[in-house]
Amino acid sequence: MARDLDAYLRQEVKSTPFCPGCGHGILMNIILRAIADMELDMKNILFVSGIGCAAWIPSPHFNGDTLHTLHGRAIAFATGAKMANPKLKVIVISGDGDLTSIGGNHLIHAARRNTNLTVICANNMIYGMTGGQVASTSPLGTITATTGEGNPYRPFDLCRLVLGAGAEYAARFSVTQPLVLMAAIKKALGMEDFTFIEALSPCPTQFGRRNKADSSVQMLKALMQDCITREQAKGMDKDLLKTKIITGEFHHE
Amino acid sequence: MNDTMEVQSALAPGSYFFTGNEAAAEGAIAAGCRYYAGYPITPSSEIMERMAQRLKEVDGVFMQMEDEIASICSVVGASWSGSKAMTATSGPGFSLMQEALGYGVFTETPLVLVDIQRAGPCTGQATKVGSGDLMQAKWGSHGDYQIIALSPWSVQEMYDQTIEAFNLSEQYRVPVFVMADEAVGHLRERMDISPLVQTRNRYKKSGAAPFGTEENDGVPPMPSFGEGESITVTGSTHNEFGVRKTDDPAVHERLVGRINNKILNHRENIIQSEAYSLDDAEVIVVAYGFTARSAFFAVDQLRKSGKKVGLLRLKTIWPFADGLINRIGKLGKKLFVPEMNSGQVYGEIRKYAGCEVIPYHQTNGRIIHPKDIIAHIERII
Repeated sequence: MARDLDAYLRQEVKSTPFCPGCGHGILMNIILRAIADMELDMKNILFVSGIGCAAWIPSPHFNGDTLHTLHGRAIAFATGAKMANPKLKVIVISGDGDLTSIGGNHLIHAARRNTNLTVICANNMIYGMTGGQVASTSPLGTITATTGEGNPYRPFDLCRLVLGAGAEYAARFSVTQPLVLMAAIKKALGMEDFTFIEALSPCPTQFGRRNKADSSVQMLKALMQDCITREQAKGMDKDLLKTKIITGEFHHE
Repeated sequence: MNDTMEVQSALAPGSYFFTGNEAAAEGAIAAGCRYYAGYPITPSSEIMERMAQRLKEVDGVFMQMEDEIASICSVVGASWSGSKAMTATSGPGFSLMQEALGYGVFTETPLVLVDIQRAGPCTGQATKVGSGDLMQAKWGSHGDYQIIALSPWSVQEMYDQTIEAFNLSEQYRVPVFVMADEAVGHLRERMDISPLVQTRNRYKKSGAAPFGTEENDGVPPMPSFGEGESITVTGSTHNEFGVRKTDDPAVHERLVGRINNKILNHRENIIQSEAYSLDDAEVIVVAYGFTARSAFFAVDQLRKSGKKVGLLRLKTIWPFADGLINRIGKLGKKLFVPEMNSGQVYGEIRKYAGCEVIPYHQTNGRIIHPKDIIAHIERII
């Protein structure tokens, strides 16, 4: 069913800046649909982002208040805005490099404090805007502009990271799983806690072309094959499991 | 255009025996500060400790953040949520904050930063005094911009200038720094609190452009998050409504021009100074901060022994008092500039004075003693 999301977008800036095949446009759509479903008032939502492709998902497109900040610092800005006006619904939308590498300290401390923020991390596993350098989320062996022979380091498991730091709720889904991703965002937005959504989003331009998946269709298909549920992971061959991404909801225990 | 308001003092009027750091915190509360974020650092931590206590009493928000970067970023966020907000720090923390201070300047965010300067560079001597952050205050972040920096010489002025810093930051929508020396921060002396405090609140106009005015030196109205204005704020170059324009030379030139002009063209209203015994002086000491106390004592002693010496005390460091120094220089006297750094303000004075300017630098972590100033002036007079 087609839905009119015009009211949720700033009318004077309609075109998005994303490359063909980028998953961020899908994520943009999913976030706004979640907000529309919940009938949240855009006038009461502040969207905070850092620097990078994903930081342009809300800014300046979303028709609420938007704060496009410095590289890595979105959560710190968001903390001040939320604490000074607790009535605001504050949603942080930014990329994996921004939130978890340069901004990693702010991420774990906001989770520790249980600051009432929903952080949506668009994870494309690479630095896209700067030309495809390795990220703290790039899988082992990934070819990037700075790891020509493959990434020698393990990536962060972002959901385990924030849960370990105290987050009440974390979920990981791909933009190829739009309905469950949207449900997870709605759940997070409905909570009064620090909540974290890792949204896997393909980057054919920087990630795909270096890693033998240079069409957007190929990348989307690969994500659909690689993303499995915890139930599907049970009993799976260990070597096969290493190539998979376990998606689902993760609660603080 | 701004709303000025006289409010009741937060503390009962009367005399108090405060340290400079305590007085800065009280000045903040009196000015209407309701958000503080900081990270522990010597010799400024007492400001944070007092704010933690006082903000509770006035229903404000206190946050001890994970580092100085988070502190200043959250202060910017809180300011856009409508709070008067501040942080305090010292050299190493001030260094960490520079990128976000540039963000504060470019997004025209009112905020106050109190820098209790210690002996640098680097970790330096954390508990010792210095005035080495003045050029950093002006040039620490990248690009061309202006800020306002004040220089208090007493506990009273820590209170008064912190209030003034909030008022200036609201009036000009710019980060304002109170550049105190450690010796002023830790000085304990009598100060007076008057019953009423002059405050200034930011100018709001619904629907108006938050990042542009007709005048090339104007200060636009500032809405807050949650007011239904659909504000878009960015540290990228933006048009008058805050929409990114990273490929338009005219927009960039206009914005950079205005954020500089709104301070520079109002220099005469911003800059404050005090003059003592200038009329027949053959040597004029130009000093600021704690060093001006030593200079004041030295000038007084020299006058008693018949020497024609005067003092010009700079209460504002940035924007620099270029016109004032130029006028003083034309009097044809010698200027003597004692500083607890390697001549940071001396260089500015030399630029504009047009007369002989004699520097006196001390970077040993100690205050400049009046007897040293007396000895040097006796040699040049």
